Amino acid sequence: MKNMPSGNSYMTVILGGILLVVAYIAESFFDPYIVRILNMWMIYITMVVSFVLVYGITGQFTLAHAGLAAIGAYTVSLLTLPPDAKMVSFLLQTPHPLIANAQWPLLPALLLGGVLAAVVGFTIGAPALRLHGDYLLIVTFGFSEIIRLVLINLPSFTNGAMGLKGVPYLSGLVWTSAAALLTVVLTNRLINSSYGRALKCIREDEIATEAVGVNLYRHKTLAFVFSSFFVGIAGGLFAQVLGTVDPNTFRPALTYAVMTMAILGGIRSLSGGILAAGIYTVASELLRSVEAPRMIFGYDFPGLPGLRQLAFSIMLVLLILFAQRGLMGGREFSWDWIRSKLKRKAPEKDGGEQ
Amino acid sequence: MDLELFMQFLINGIALGSLYALIAIGYTIIYGVVQLINFAHGEFFMVAAFMTMWGVSQYGMQLGVAFPLATLLVVGLALFVDRTVYRPLREQKTSSFIGAISISFLLQNLFVVLFTSRAKPFPHPALLDEVINFGTVALPVVNIFIVGVAIVMFGGLFFLVQYTDMGRAMRAISKDMEVAQLMGVNPNRVIAFAFIVSALFAAVGAFMYCSKFPYVDPFTGAIPGLKAFIGAVMGGIGSIPGAMVGGFLLGMGEIMIVAFFPDLTSFRDIIAYIILILFLLFRPGGIFNVRMREEKV
Repeated sequence: MKNMPSGNSYMTVILGGILLVVAYIAESFFDPYIVRILNMWMIYITMVVSFVLVYGITGQFTLAHAGLAAIGAYTVSLLTLPPDAKMVSFLLQTPHPLIANAQWPLLPALLLGGVLAAVVGFTIGAPALRLHGDYLLIVTFGFSEIIRLVLINLPSFTNGAMGLKGVPYLSGLVWTSAAALLTVVLTNRLINSSYGRALKCIREDEIATEAVGVNLYRHKTLAFVFSSFFVGIAGGLFAQVLGTVDPNTFRPALTYAVMTMAILGGIRSLSGGILAAGIYTVASELLRSVEAPRMIFGYDFPGLPGLRQLAFSIMLVLLILFAQRGLMGGREFSWDWIRSKLKRKAPEKDGGEQ
Repeated sequence: MDLELFMQFLINGIALGSLYALIAIGYTIIYGVVQLINFAHGEFFMVAAFMTMWGVSQYGMQLGVAFPLATLLVVGLALFVDRTVYRPLREQKTSSFIGAISISFLLQNLFVVLFTSRAKPFPHPALLDEVINFGTVALPVVNIFIVGVAIVMFGGLFFLVQYTDMGRAMRAISKDMEVAQLMGVNPNRVIAFAFIVSALFAAVGAFMYCSKFPYVDPFTGAIPGLKAFIGAVMGGIGSIPGAMVGGFLLGMGEIMIVAFFPDLTSFRDIIAYIILILFLLFRPGGIFNVRMREEKV
């Protein structure tokens, strides 16, 4: 990065462009099932990278992902649902006039979702980030649950526990991969800026960082709000891809899933997070087929619902006990890294995306 | 609101408060000795309830056999989790949170896989379903049992902590682990003992709770666990009287909200979370203003 910043940014733009073109082609030629998996991968990348920024880089262990994603998901769903489709979802309740007739294009809806998530993130972070350790974790967890419970209890906006159905699929792989790409690139830029160095300092030693004149609280809040924005976007795309939203999707289990991916990737590494999100998505799909009841060699297998979550929670325990550095530890794929490899020997593999 | 109706709510509030207090003890004891929020406590509670139910419905055991067996199992489970997960992570604060979260998650999902997430009726003595009527005020027998059992358990705990060597060691550890070690206290043994006590309270709490609300599913422990935890924070986590008072106030408060502000009934969980957050932000030591050992992050 330091030697040839322009060259590297150039390469990043080219690779990003290629990825988006591939995404565009994949959308129309690949099997919808594969596209869905790729979509989920991209969305998880967005979420995991945001988690890595706050926990891995800044060292603030927060558990608000599910709630923030819910903000984005509901914003996008309510704004993109056509008014007549809204009436189908809202059976017991008339939708609030504010949203009843709203029908926005996807981009402003997504951005508003991100902004609202960032605002809520600020509301959560501003008090919570003054706390440490257990307290920070519990307060953010509590806020996330409050968001979910409020969504259940505001039926004129959210249709309560029944959620919203028939969210139109306006996005697509290009959108999800663009969001993932943007999150990765911007987060990477942030990490390698002077702000990023301050954030890493905060992780290592708060007192020393403060002594050098870094405003701890401002930096922590910045990282948290920055990541909240992208979690909101990810939530909006999540609703798009799933086609439905309901409060149950945003239980703490979603936060734990993101946390599991981040730890699998090696908590401080964006590339690791990207990789881990892919592994998680694919493993999740493979296990889904085990969960479903089916016939094997003429025997009726009842299926094992809950198996996926069980497998991931076992993995999380094993990771935290025996492999805290995850797949990548703190290492990253980067252009410099690829270049150094190329100099030494012939290329072996594609270097990954950054 | 007339007096009789108020009495009715008061009776329920006392019972629910005692239940939360019982469960809250489990959190506070563990936090007192290891500064660990045992997220899996609600799941220990669930395992106790589930195993009691399973023993009765599957193996036709008497309740008097099934419940002690389930309690033993939960105590064993708590010791196992402490030894295999919490102890190796003891020096790493954040990792031990993650360990605790993942154990809670693992137990929930294990039980979903083994027993499905369908709620099953909890077997309890028919006596507990009886209701004694005082005029128009109904006093469910189960409430009397809850309060009685809670008083006995608290009394036992008080004796244990105040007058036994193990209790003294627990108090010493929670004041200053290093000095306690210098005085010859083995922290691993004390912590293991704290887990035994905590699991015992979880099991008894589960039995009483599920006798009052007689269904069990793999997520049974989550809500009471959380409420009890909030109670423990309210009282000042790490303090035993704090957990009793905090848990009791939260349970009583929950019923009183239903009594006086019926419109807010569906908001009571939100209110509980808000109380939690306000306490952590403005009075992290709780009502009793407990000061914990300096935390290592």
